[in-house]
Amino acid sequence: MADALEPKTFRVTRADLVRYAGASGDFNPIHWSDRFATGVGLPGVIAHGMFTMALVGRAVTEWAGAPDAVVEFSVRFSRPVPVPDTDEGTEVVVSATVKEVTDEGHTRLSLTATCNGDKVLSLAQALISKR
Amino acid sequence: MPLDQSFVGRSWPPTEPYLVGREKIREFARAIGATDAAYHDPAAARALGYPDVVAPPTFPVAITMAASRQVIADPALGLDYTRVVHGDQRFAYTRPVVAGDALICVNSVDEITSRGGHEFITTRTEVTTEAGEPVVTVWSKLVQRGEEH
Repeated sequence: MADALEPKTFRVTRADLVRYAGASGDFNPIHWSDRFATGVGLPGVIAHGMFTMALVGRAVTEWAGAPDAVVEFSVRFSRPVPVPDTDEGTEVVVSATVKEVTDEGHTRLSLTATCNGDKVLSLAQALISKR
Repeated sequence: MPLDQSFVGRSWPPTEPYLVGREKIREFARAIGATDAAYHDPAAARALGYPDVVAPPTFPVAITMAASRQVIADPALGLDYTRVVHGDQRFAYTRPVVAGDALICVNSVDEITSRGGHEFITTRTEVTTEAGEPVVTVWSKLVQRGEEH
């Protein structure tokens, strides 16, 4: 695995948030109602933090080439991901660098996710096992 | 209002078993666009040594978020959920979740802190099979934003 991994771009639309709400059971209205979201001081409907984390998890397992590679995975949600009610929605870009190979042979990745150039995660990392 | 510090260090009784269904894993994988065959096809998962389809890494939150309501929805804690945002999330795996698992959650509160008018609570959920086999530990930090003045 190279030291820096090719960034992956994920498009996020309102339809994705609806689908994720159903699949995850997280029906918080800030993820589907502009009226509710702006009422609690948000810029509008925002993506579930866990949806962003799931996309990062997808990038990690795709880089590792193994669906079951993740041993540890942690993030801090530093900024919301606003998702406009358009066909294009928005984009989340995930990139990673290899920080170390541990004594157990696991690889530690430092992860970044951005939306419109802003970092939406901080302190994000994953420990992955090689098959 | 500050959260009740007496919740720190407490653990709650195990939740009722959650039976992980193959179609639920497929639905979750489709929702996040994860196309790896092991998330969808039992034969592909068996080729990796699992008895049935494997869940993507963040899938357990669909179980633990519901389970942790026994802590965060307790009125004695004093959390106003309309002002809550997700702060941090962490998973430490023994193995992936697999369709057919009957999973039990044991919730604890690791930390409650207060800073800049915001309240922070970190819950830890130990997810095991009914037989007590460890599967994954899940930490969630929730932030209750301060009232606007």
